[in-house]
Amino acid sequence: MADVTSGAGAAFVEFEHVQKSYDGETLVVKDLNLSIAKGEFLTMLGPSGSGKTTCLMMLAGFETATHGEIKLAGKPINNIPPHKRGIGMVFQNYALFPHMTVAENLAFPLEVRDIGKSDRDAKVKRALDMVQMGKFGGRRPAQLSGGQQQRIALARALVFEPELVLMDEPLGALDKQLREHMQFEITRLAHNLGITTVYVTHDQTEALTMSDNVAVFDDGRIQQLAPPAVLYEEPANSFVAQFIGENNTLMGTVKEIKGDIAVVALDDGELIDCKPVNVSKPGERTRVSIRPERVEVNKARLQKGAHTLKAEVLEFIYMGDIFRTRLRVAGNDNFIVKTRNAPDQVRMQPGQQIEIGWLPQDCRALDA
Amino acid sequence: MSDMTDTGPMRAADGTPLKKSLARALRRQKLRALALIAPLLIFVLVTFVVPIGDMLFRSVENQIVSDTLPNTIQRLAGWNPDSGEIPDEAVFAALAVDFQAAAEEKNHTKLGTRLNYENPGMSSLFRKTGRGADDIGKNFQKTFTGFDKAWGKGEAWAALLGSDKWLAATEGWTKDAGPEPKFSARDEAEFALPLTTGVYRSFARVARADGKKAAADTKPWPVLFNALAEDISSASPEAIAAIGGPSADLLKSAAQGLSSAEPISYKDTFVAIDKGWADLGTWQTIQAYAGDYTPGYFLNAVDLEKGTDGIKKRPDQQRIYLMLFWRTIWMSMLITGCCLLLGYPVAWILANLRASTANVLMILVLLPFWTSLLVRTSAWKVLLQQQGVINDVLVWLGLVDDANRLVLINNQFGTIVAMTHILLPFMILPLYSVMKTIPPAYLRAAKSLGATNWTAFWRVYFPQSVPGIGAGAILCYILAIGYYITPELVGGTQGVFISNRIAFHISSSLNWGLAAALGAILLGAVLLLYYVYDKIVGIDNVKLG
Repeated sequence: MADVTSGAGAAFVEFEHVQKSYDGETLVVKDLNLSIAKGEFLTMLGPSGSGKTTCLMMLAGFETATHGEIKLAGKPINNIPPHKRGIGMVFQNYALFPHMTVAENLAFPLEVRDIGKSDRDAKVKRALDMVQMGKFGGRRPAQLSGGQQQRIALARALVFEPELVLMDEPLGALDKQLREHMQFEITRLAHNLGITTVYVTHDQTEALTMSDNVAVFDDGRIQQLAPPAVLYEEPANSFVAQFIGENNTLMGTVKEIKGDIAVVALDDGELIDCKPVNVSKPGERTRVSIRPERVEVNKARLQKGAHTLKAEVLEFIYMGDIFRTRLRVAGNDNFIVKTRNAPDQVRMQPGQQIEIGWLPQDCRALDA
Repeated sequence: MSDMTDTGPMRAADGTPLKKSLARALRRQKLRALALIAPLLIFVLVTFVVPIGDMLFRSVENQIVSDTLPNTIQRLAGWNPDSGEIPDEAVFAALAVDFQAAAEEKNHTKLGTRLNYENPGMSSLFRKTGRGADDIGKNFQKTFTGFDKAWGKGEAWAALLGSDKWLAATEGWTKDAGPEPKFSARDEAEFALPLTTGVYRSFARVARADGKKAAADTKPWPVLFNALAEDISSASPEAIAAIGGPSADLLKSAAQGLSSAEPISYKDTFVAIDKGWADLGTWQTIQAYAGDYTPGYFLNAVDLEKGTDGIKKRPDQQRIYLMLFWRTIWMSMLITGCCLLLGYPVAWILANLRASTANVLMILVLLPFWTSLLVRTSAWKVLLQQQGVINDVLVWLGLVDDANRLVLINNQFGTIVAMTHILLPFMILPLYSVMKTIPPAYLRAAKSLGATNWTAFWRVYFPQSVPGIGAGAILCYILAIGYYITPELVGGTQGVFISNRIAFHISSSLNWGLAAALGAILLGAVLLLYYVYDKIVGIDNVKLG
């Protein structure tokens, strides 16, 4: 994983061989290389302890890199203290100053920049209007709901017009509906203002819906950096496949690789065709991954060239818009199939023996 | 839905009004809560509220004057203290009776001590007079007993002055039968012999209060003879003849024999015993402090005194309390300030370290709590004295000349140093517990918004630590203002607090009234500061954890 760059545009933020250790024994961040283009919305996604927040804190200046260099607009910022970096930040629990009113909170970054009072008031008003909180300037943070506090935190991070905004799981404390609404608000604002955003979350839905690019972190490394669609449909390794969305896995051994097709012998002896992703030679153990919605249970609808397997229905769950069926496939009891609740869709009964199939390109042979 | 159409009060299911039903349900809870706190409540009441209330009450209580000199106070009411003349004969006559009674009960020395607080010299005056008071009337005693030996016995007096009812009631009384029946006078005797009856009233009261012997069995006071002689000389023979009872004949014969007697002057007698009685100031003091309640202790506590011309300042050399109050207040503030300056960074470090390291440091903070206060204070004596460790080091370093070593103890400096050390944990602990609750994200947020370290601290962290500062400062200040042992040991004369003076009055001078007044003022000052703090900072802003 040498150079993961996100393509278009000149790099605005760059991590070059960045390492971080807290105790001098283990590396929390291992050789991180990342570049973020101006105006890009990048999400750092990963389980807790994967090093994503540490990366954010190094960028903000609250942690120093043990090794390597972080550049902002081409200049190394390793030795610049946080308050001189001019990076807006939204914290996990908003960190709104409880002893100040909303307007005073927003005026704070302007005050420390010695911006005149009239100018300041105008900017605060504009920022409040931007997050539709114009009437709440006189309130204390404690008098606001979670969603409102979230908006104020956002406005405060944007009021001094930074070019880069960092967000550390900003929606974690909100309920589901509000979270979805705020996801939309944040992306809208970020794109309208043209600011570069680095967003940290462990919620994959958030990452997929909001970002231009997602960096999936695990074990102190970026496992994959890609736009959401690529990440979901073409996971680069089994961690990403497992972590993003729901995924069915079947264990097997590579028999042979011929060009775009890898023949994999599943553990029950069945041979299937897969797309080789990170398998290279026959005899290698592999984890075959298929998305539940790419599995077809209606034989008539199977596309040409699709591979079929025998399966036993174990459980059928009605979920409204979709059906979720649990099958036993090649010794795996947890093989999930999702089917749309269409008028002609079959509703399977537990115990039923069926045949399922998928296209070879939807079935990816990943590292075991 | 009948209850919907009902326009009356809401009712519970069984028809009782809902409010009543609710009150009944809550009463049980309240009673249970009360029962739970009852032991502590009673304990606090008995060991804290009642004794302190009683003690504070002593600061205004002054019944000792009117209790000991009832007749004198009554007569003195008509005297004008600004007249320039000492009271008339009638007041001295009353004083003779009161003194006789007080000397019997040995109360006159207590009163002397009490009045001595207001007018030095009163104590010895009362003592001396107490010894001489017995002799007033001795010559008439001889005259009367010369007429008839019966006058020397209590029985004759009781029969002469007591009502028949009282005589019947007191007949055969012994001390085991409870208190003796209350004296009531024979009407004709009261009319003809008003002075004597008045004195006898005191005599009977003292005998009754003593409770060992009946009034009739008690040896009559000499002053009774004097009063009787006076009465006889001023009463008409008809009035004396009208007195009946067992002693009527005794009286008649005495009256005949006494017709030419010259009554003595009480005034001259008292002045002869002690010249103090001719002093206007003595009488002014007695009259000024005649009331049951007095502001005298409080006035004394703020260096004032009540004279005949109103409230005025005490003489210069007696003014110490205001200075001591002021010193207590400003030194306590300084000590609180020192604690804050030293404690704030420590609390900050404690709150921001890893838990394991913080715990070790916390033990160091708490260590002084586990050491005796006396040991710590004595340690400061060792360190600070002129031949002590600090001076030795300074001399050794050549910073201080051996000949004039620094005076670090037995002055205000010593008190401030030792008390800052002792009170420091009381500042650190509330600060720490408040700082612990301030998330580090606030400082980061401030810095990310462009604030320098100092601005982030001053504008964001500090305001949020104010509740801790408030709690710590109030705690330190209130403890400091009432501190006693440390100033006593290391303060010398310049570094003592008002509490040392209170202790002195409680245990050495035994002027509890003044001690109570000083204590009440101190308590008032603390409550006032508390109120001011509430107005400025707000008491909701105090957090101990």
